Formats: sequence, C-alpha cells, structure tokens
Amino acid sequence: MELKQEALAGTLESSDLFIRVSPSEDPLEIAIESEVIHQFGEQIRATVEEVLAHLGVTRGVIVIQDKGALDCTIRARLQAAVMRAAGETKMDWEALK
Amino acid sequence: MKLRRSMLFVPGANAASLSTAFLFRPDAVMFDLEDAVSLREKDAARLLVFHTLQQPLYDGIERVVRINPLDTPFGRDDLEASVRGGADTIRLPKTDTPEQVQELEAAVEEIERDCGRAVGSTHLMAAIESASGVVNALAIAQASPRITGIALAGFDYVMDMQTERGDGTELFYARCAVLHAARAARIDAFDVVFSNLDDEEGFLKEVALIKKLGFNGKSLINPRQIELLHNAYAPTQEEVDYAKRVVAAAKKAEKQGLGVIALGGKMIDGPVVDNARRVLDKAAASGLRKE
Repeated sequence: MELKQEALAGTLESSDLFIRVSPSEDPLEIAIESEVIHQFGEQIRATVEEVLAHLGVTRGVIVIQDKGALDCTIRARLQAAVMRAAGETKMDWEALK
Repeated sequence: MKLRRSMLFVPGANAASLSTAFLFRPDAVMFDLEDAVSLREKDAARLLVFHTLQQPLYDGIERVVRINPLDTPFGRDDLEASVRGGADTIRLPKTDTPEQVQELEAAVEEIERDCGRAVGSTHLMAAIESASGVVNALAIAQASPRITGIALAGFDYVMDMQTERGDGTELFYARCAVLHAARAARIDAFDVVFSNLDDEEGFLKEVALIKKLGFNGKSLINPRQIELLHNAYAPTQEEVDYAKRVVAAAKKAEKQGLGVIALGGKMIDGPVVDNARRVLDKAAASGLRKE
C-alpha cells in the first residue's frame, strides 16, 4: 500500500496513541515515543513493523506518540492511519487481522 | 443460567473505554459504531472494534456490536468488521420491519461463509426505536432464529411519538408491546437507557418497574449503574428461602406420586414451581440482593 498523503489517527488520551504517517521516497522511518518505552518499546516496534509489512507499506515516515495503548489499539490506529494516507476505503480483512 | 441484565454501551472510537470496560463486569458490552461515533471516525472505530473483539479481555461477557443501519454507507463494513472480529451478537438499530432483520441475517450468513465462521454462530438483536417498530415487534422478534433479544430505544421512539421522556407514561405501551413480543417469541427483552446519571433514586425506581414488568435487563450508558442494576435484579434471601420450600414440596409430591403440590396448607401450581426454580438459578448466578 502506497502512502500518498499525510494522515493522522488516534488521540493523546490515556490508553490510546497518536499516529502521523507521511509519504516519502526513502525506506521506512519509524519514530516511537512512549511512556512505557523501556518496558514495551521493542514490543510496540515489532507490532508496528508487522502491521506495516502486512499492509505492504515499504516507504514513508511513521511517527507514534504512545500513551499506554494495548496491542489491539496500536494495530487499529496504525491501520486506520495507513488506509487514510493511501486513500483506501476498501478493507482487506485478511491483511488487517 | 445466562444472565442478561446489563448491556453497557461502549463508544467504538474511544480506545480507553474499549480497553477497560470489561473491568466493570457487565453481562454484555455493546461496542457502538453508530450514534457514538462521528462520521470522520467511522473507519477508525470499525478497526478498533474489530481488533478489540479478538482480544481475550471480554471472555465471559457477551460482546454485542451496534452497527449502522444497512442502508447507510457504513452498515455493511461495520458488519464485516463485527462478524469477522468474532462478535457474539449484532445489534441492528432502527428496526421497523422483519424484512430488515432478514436482510441482516442474509448478510451475516454471507460473511460467515466467506471468513470460515460457523454459519449461525452470530446472534442478532433488534433495537426498536419507532412507532412502526413497536407495532411490528412480534414479527421482528420472530423474523430470524438468530434473534436472541429485542431492545427498546427510548429517545428516538419518543421523538417519533411526538412526545418526550418523562415519568415513564410515554413508554408504557411500547414497553408492554416489546416485552410481549419477546416473551411470545421466547427471546430476551431490554429496556431503554436511563440517562440522568446523577439521579440514582430515579434509576432504581425505573429498574424496579421494568423488573416487575418482566424485562431481562437494561441498556446502560454508565458503568456506575451496573452494580445498582445487578443488585436490584438479585433475589432476596426471603425469595430464595420460599423458592427452596416450593421446590422441596414439589420433589416430595413427585416422590409420593401426588398430582397436587401443597405447601403450608396451600396448593401450588406448576408455574409457581417453575418460577421457584428460576429464582434459585438466578441466585446461583448472581448472588443474593444486598439490602
């Protein structure tokens, strides 16, 4: 999936995360800021990379401000941001699992 | 015995609520993709609910999703997310006719087949929110074997009736009609939300009324109301003691081959015994009422 425009998803409320994705010609750049980065930083990054791989996103800038979101919230917010950035409205449910 | 006293609304776009609502232990949660979600967040809410459904957080709690009506641009996608995510029940808002339920049933079956889910495993619930819906309540309740309950939604209904919420008089016919339809169809019935969160006395008065009428429970918008509701629905020690005596008398009569059951010099009918068994089942499932 190609990121065509900048898009946002999520909030800065507790148990949520705020994501900004932007198109880029360069390989993926992922920046994660989290209140629980020491305990869960690697896990959050692994989830983000897995979701992006499933969606076929190989280029772009992903900036995440995490406020203690569960894994399921991270997946949902990132998928929403990517789909908005790609201008995609048709869900491929298998890829979103 | 499966209790369906409380059905807690959880806004589908609110990540914090989706992550924590299970802590309040309602009998059912209703992840809302309809009125609680703004138009620009419909996509994100659908994904949040889809992923939340797949978590073990809500094990032991019935997971209901209120989708947008199927004649909106959102309804079908909501249904895909809900059925594929593993929702126990789909709540259809603004149900006016049995044909709407049949349309929903067909769409659910199509998705179940496509995603490999057992056909028939997704239950349905119809929310009745208009005069037409109330008039058609029995046909709606009997429209599909998947329907496990019907719910009255007060706000839209009173608007349709050109009145407003008050002391309950405005809902009297609708409550009775929906409840009778549910009982005739052998499914559950849920009452309207009570929206004044500061009026605990008013809430308990309404709960006493709907319990007396025979509703299984209520839709709720605040977790604070769950414990109050559950306690009001729990049998008292006195009710349990009487039920035990009735059941014991019935067993004794059966053992002695007597067709007539007597307790304290009075004859007891079969439905009284059935009700006593229900009281004991409820007490086992919910505990006794705390006075």
